[in-house]
Amino acid sequence: MFLLLFLLIPIIAATALLFVKKEQAINLISIGSGVLTLLCALYIIVNKTGSFDASWLPVLNSRFLLQADGVSKILILLTAISFPAIFIATVNNQTNQKNIFLSLLLFTQTGLMGVFLAGDALLFYFFYELALIPVYFLCSIWGGEKRIAVTFKFFIYTFLGSLFMLIGIIFLYSNTLDHSFLIESLKHANVTPGQSATAFALFFIAFAIKMPIFPLHTWQPDTYEQSPSAVTMVLSAVMVKMGLYGIIRWLMPLFPEAFLAHSNMVIILSVIGILYASFIAIRQDDLKRLIAYSSIAHIGLMSAALFSHNQAGVQGVLVQLFSHGINVLGLWIIADIIEQQTGTRSMMALGGLAKQQPTLAILLVGFAFANIALPLTNAFIGEFLMFNSLFQFNPWIAAAAGVSVILAAIYTLNMVQKVAYGEVSAATSLMQVPNKNAQGVLIVLLVIVFLTGVYPQPLFDLTADTLKQLFVK
Amino acid sequence: MKLIIGLIVLWPLIGFLFNGLGRNIWSKKVIAYKATGYIVMSFVFSILAFLNVQSNGAVTVHYFDFINTTSFKIPFDLKVDALSSLFLLVITGVGSLIHLYSTAYMKEEEAPHYARYFAYLNLFIFSMLLLVLGDNFVIMFIGWEGVGLCSYLLIGYWFTNSTYNYAAKKAFIMNRIGDLGFLLAIFWLIVKLGTLSYGSVLTAQSVAKLSTTDITGITLLLFVGAMGKSAQIPLYTWLPDAMAGPTPVSALIHAATMVTAGIYMITRANILFSASAFTQHVVAIVGISTALLAATIAIKQNDIKKVLAYSTVSQLGYMFLGLGVGAYSGAVFHVITHAFFKALLFLGAGSVIHAMHHEQDIRKMGGLKSRLPITHITFLIGCIAIAGVPPFSGFFSKDEILAAAFAKSPIYWVLGVMGAAMTAFYMFRLYATTFLGQFRGTQEQAHHLHESPIAMTLPLILLAVASAIAGAIGIPSLMGGHHWLSHQLAPIVGEAHESVLSHSTEWVLMGASVSIAVIALLIAVNRYKRQTDGEPQTAFGKFLYNKWYVDELYQNAIVDPLNKFAGFLKNVIEKNVIDGAVNGTGKLVQYSARKIRFIQSGQVGNYILFMVLSLVLLFIIWFNDISILKFFFKLTHKS
Repeated sequence: MFLLLFLLIPIIAATALLFVKKEQAINLISIGSGVLTLLCALYIIVNKTGSFDASWLPVLNSRFLLQADGVSKILILLTAISFPAIFIATVNNQTNQKNIFLSLLLFTQTGLMGVFLAGDALLFYFFYELALIPVYFLCSIWGGEKRIAVTFKFFIYTFLGSLFMLIGIIFLYSNTLDHSFLIESLKHANVTPGQSATAFALFFIAFAIKMPIFPLHTWQPDTYEQSPSAVTMVLSAVMVKMGLYGIIRWLMPLFPEAFLAHSNMVIILSVIGILYASFIAIRQDDLKRLIAYSSIAHIGLMSAALFSHNQAGVQGVLVQLFSHGINVLGLWIIADIIEQQTGTRSMMALGGLAKQQPTLAILLVGFAFANIALPLTNAFIGEFLMFNSLFQFNPWIAAAAGVSVILAAIYTLNMVQKVAYGEVSAATSLMQVPNKNAQGVLIVLLVIVFLTGVYPQPLFDLTADTLKQLFVK
Repeated sequence: MKLIIGLIVLWPLIGFLFNGLGRNIWSKKVIAYKATGYIVMSFVFSILAFLNVQSNGAVTVHYFDFINTTSFKIPFDLKVDALSSLFLLVITGVGSLIHLYSTAYMKEEEAPHYARYFAYLNLFIFSMLLLVLGDNFVIMFIGWEGVGLCSYLLIGYWFTNSTYNYAAKKAFIMNRIGDLGFLLAIFWLIVKLGTLSYGSVLTAQSVAKLSTTDITGITLLLFVGAMGKSAQIPLYTWLPDAMAGPTPVSALIHAATMVTAGIYMITRANILFSASAFTQHVVAIVGISTALLAATIAIKQNDIKKVLAYSTVSQLGYMFLGLGVGAYSGAVFHVITHAFFKALLFLGAGSVIHAMHHEQDIRKMGGLKSRLPITHITFLIGCIAIAGVPPFSGFFSKDEILAAAFAKSPIYWVLGVMGAAMTAFYMFRLYATTFLGQFRGTQEQAHHLHESPIAMTLPLILLAVASAIAGAIGIPSLMGGHHWLSHQLAPIVGEAHESVLSHSTEWVLMGASVSIAVIALLIAVNRYKRQTDGEPQTAFGKFLYNKWYVDELYQNAIVDPLNKFAGFLKNVIEKNVIDGAVNGTGKLVQYSARKIRFIQSGQVGNYILFMVLSLVLLFIIWFNDISILKFFFKLTHKS
């Protein structure tokens, strides 16, 4: 029953927002619901919770089944941290019809929570799309100049991917013995190895686009650039995790043979993507596009590590799901503060932040070094385990992927240099008043970065059960 | 013991947090006292730990599990043994002096920046201590990257200067190239041994489990890491640029401690390195080549800090030569003596720069002897020590390496002595140009010329004493000593072998190298006490003056092509090929849609036709049966 709260709180708040016009009330509702969800998330992490099961579409024998194991919990925690953090950090941003904007964001949160909780494939698909639809409106109404074309591409691209998955789900379902969408039934669907491989491909395309894996990534930088900042944060910190989560929750258990059979191909694509995105990041001048390509590189490493199918590596991915979200969220918040106050994202025009706003510059340096996985930051734990697992898979591939460690230092330190150091530029001189709300959020996030970087054990403990399920013979 | 060792590491961390978080609160006095005080505390506790090792032997303490996976475990363990306790003393001892020195050297900075400076410096000590105290390669790696971070922050300390920022970035990136090698070596060890703790990796049993390829591969990769951190060919070019940082930083990080991390690492893993003759050759050759290359460059430099920087690169090369020929305790010996005299020289240079109002070009100095008496005499001691003149410390440590090199191959020895001669030459060129002859600065500078305050001269004096006498810890049996250091390190690097060289050979070698060095230094003093180097005239002189054009080579052969490649990926592949394909698909769909919509003509007959055709198609697909086609065929042909 308790798990239902993760869907109900945001939905109720989202609905309430539609009828509220006063700025203060809007903020109170959005932040309040975010905090409440976060408390619930903390509760389920500390306490055991049962699943929630209700009849949903009896004709199809689909169940409204919500359940949470380690990987669900860690992503619920990430989602629950991200939303209030985003609400607080962007509370002063000027937004037309802010109540609708926030309401749509909260609907997205519902969808995301549903994705991470659903134990029934059809329900999963339902939430997978539900999370996308509010984002479509958010981007196409509140986005940047090129929003219409970009959003259209983003929507069609990811929607098409999900349709493949739907076909895959229906195909498996039609071959189950008891006509059910539950994971256990799908696992034992009566299919030939060839059919299983086809279904694997159908699922994989959906997740590969969402993550994204090279060369299916081109929707992402455009979308991140054109979306309103709050949406970019949601997309990048949480939504791309849907793809990785899908692999862990569905792909790995449902198609163990096909998964191993295709690991070579996926790993090679992922590693190409890591290097490719890192190289492109070096040449970006737009702050948002730089972070976008950096994120593509990091996600590529996670997908490569997943497919190298090594216990410690998957442990690294599970931890990194959380860490990447926190780090990239921090970077986006900083990018947003800069853009809000200077009106530009071009790094050529920036510079001198360390002189103008020392605190923000320190925070930027902190997140920058988390982004390049310096030891004792959270990202080191995950990347260490993931590279290690790639090395076990094939040392040469690991060495090739390892070059990204150097490339990441290049583009990240370039960014720090151009944004924070040097004399105060004309654009930076506009940054008169520090954004205290956003800085407060950043400090909290940075504390999480170091806490989980020094003592990651709680994250390992949290996800231990998922790992056991994945590797049980 | 757990508490003491923990506190050694924690004091600097507390100092970092104190000054880092309170940078806008504390006065400069509080900042200075606290920052220095924490390091002194760390030093005191280090002495306790050192004494404990002397009486009770090595201690390993467990704090918590850092990374705990299902297949391997990386505990957060710290180990104090003969090797790490020595490094502890050097790091915290020299570190304390440099903190003290900095309190005066940096006093023109505003309080928040003053606090920032000391916060970085404390964080550096923290990382360096983790590096040497860690009981497995991952904890070492934490410190390893941590010192890289602090080096980056301190080189770019004056962050409004973009040249300094480039230098900082260059340092970090070149270090990262090395770090990748280190990481891959770590993974290799995990694959083969499933553990990274020294106690289980660095044993004869583990070595026996590894194939020759494994050992060679692992040690070479570790050495790549050492190349980056300890500025060896080809990854050395960051170190001279790192002189952009404040001078005390150059003394502490880029001379005395951080850059010796590579030597520490190889000494720690000596059992692996000794098992691979190939790697040893590589280490020795890279070491001696670096020593010579850097020495030739140092001869032609006119920036006081640049000379010292290339000298550091060169001396590190000697240490690697020592490691490569198996003289591990000799290398560590040289680390210790070098820490004293090179810190001394850098701090002396700082005192000169301070007195000269930030002038660093030695051609504009001269005659400082009488105006800076303490700086002068201590600097001279440093020069004598590095030149290898007995009985100063550098003589003993360098001689030990050269003797071991001779035992391995006389060619190493010859090259080593050549390097030593150059060292003596460029150091005394530096000394004579700076302190002897006439003052060549401006009137204004002459007017303000002053000896530095006590906070700066006291460290100079103490380091000068150490540089003079530190050789006592390693007096060879040849001279009737019992070489305390090599006995000390025996548990880690094995008992020093009885020298294969006869006593008479050793005396001859020693005499030869010392006399060559003394001749070189006399030539230098004689030549430079009255004149300075003008712009280089000969082609070779220009070549050396421009540092063999290595930076230019890297820029043109590596950086620019990679940049172009990245641009090609961004502007051509990404934009046109990949995204082009995506957009092309979209356009194709729209195009087809425009064409296909003509099918919807509004005529019922057409619709029925399509319906029938579709049904046929469906039947074929579903039943996989083309009999239905025949049926239709007959149907149409009858009528």
